[in-house]
Amino acid sequence: MTTDAGLVGRTGLQFFGKMCASISHDIKNVLAVVNENAGLVEDLCFAAERGKPLDPLRLKRVAADVKAQIRRGDDIISGMNRFAHSVDSESVQVSLPEIIELLSALCSRFAAMRGVALKVDCPEAAATVVTSPFLLLNLLWLCLELAMAAAGPDRTIVLSAARTENGACLRFRKLERLQNVPADAFSNEPAAALCRALNAEVRIDGQAQEIAARLADPRG
Amino acid sequence: MKVLLVDDEKELVTTLAERLSIRGWEAQWATSAEEALDRLHAESFDIAVLDVKMPRVDGLLLKKKMQAICPAMKFIFVTGHGSSRDFQTGASEVGADYYLVKPLNIDKLIAKMNEALQR
Repeated sequence: MTTDAGLVGRTGLQFFGKMCASISHDIKNVLAVVNENAGLVEDLCFAAERGKPLDPLRLKRVAADVKAQIRRGDDIISGMNRFAHSVDSESVQVSLPEIIELLSALCSRFAAMRGVALKVDCPEAAATVVTSPFLLLNLLWLCLELAMAAAGPDRTIVLSAARTENGACLRFRKLERLQNVPADAFSNEPAAALCRALNAEVRIDGQAQEIAARLADPRG
Repeated sequence: MKVLLVDDEKELVTTLAERLSIRGWEAQWATSAEEALDRLHAESFDIAVLDVKMPRVDGLLLKKKMQAICPAMKFIFVTGHGSSRDFQTGASEVGADYYLVKPLNIDKLIAKMNEALQR
């Protein structure tokens, strides 16, 4: 028999591995672009040594492309760093807009692979909840996996989060094909164990075209 | 020789196309499977360099679609996987004999393209 802690641990490790693999893939792409730009500069220098004049504008464009990739790489690594630190504490005050932004950054590649765009809509900048940030991200990832299968024709999922009377509600909206997802799609054992660990409940609402994760805050 | 480079990383394919052109290849590029298939319907290519992981239609499925249009075309696969081992299993299933891991070494890419074209 597997305990809740065992299930949550195993599900968490799978989630952590999946995110790390995706991040490494993104970094590889950044390095690949930088590598080609460096190679192009070598090619242009080689041609210049054989009498073809160097075009300063072309070199400036290469430099701009490299700088853009460095910014992109820095964003990816910043997200990775925030994700890595999400395991630091099991109960901490979590900013709802920040956790949704982090989820979006971590998962945008998975979404893009499925032709889905993620849009964050969190107007309450100061909204927080006390919870485990890593387990919350894991739960939201499981919700997002379902949501991506139910995205409507314009292939955009709206991620939102807001305080409720005694906690928080995080929503995945514009799921126009949610009718195709069974109402009990979230009742598998790993998801249920995760919900118990977070004191959370996930509802799949075909009429509202949304998946909503409700969390109780120990602060009330 | 005409080569079609397909990768959703636009900066990668455009720069690689420029570098291959400097080396005498007639290189064109596409950033999606749909765009690649459109190009292939309009003109023929000797070889394609395909990224394995692309949105909606991945490189392995794209190869099948391209082969249906141009059966004689050769293919090189490029993967962003840290290790090529995982990719080998899937690639062998669709007959992807030639593959390289990012970041690319252009000399190795050209050597693989020549090897594939001489086969």
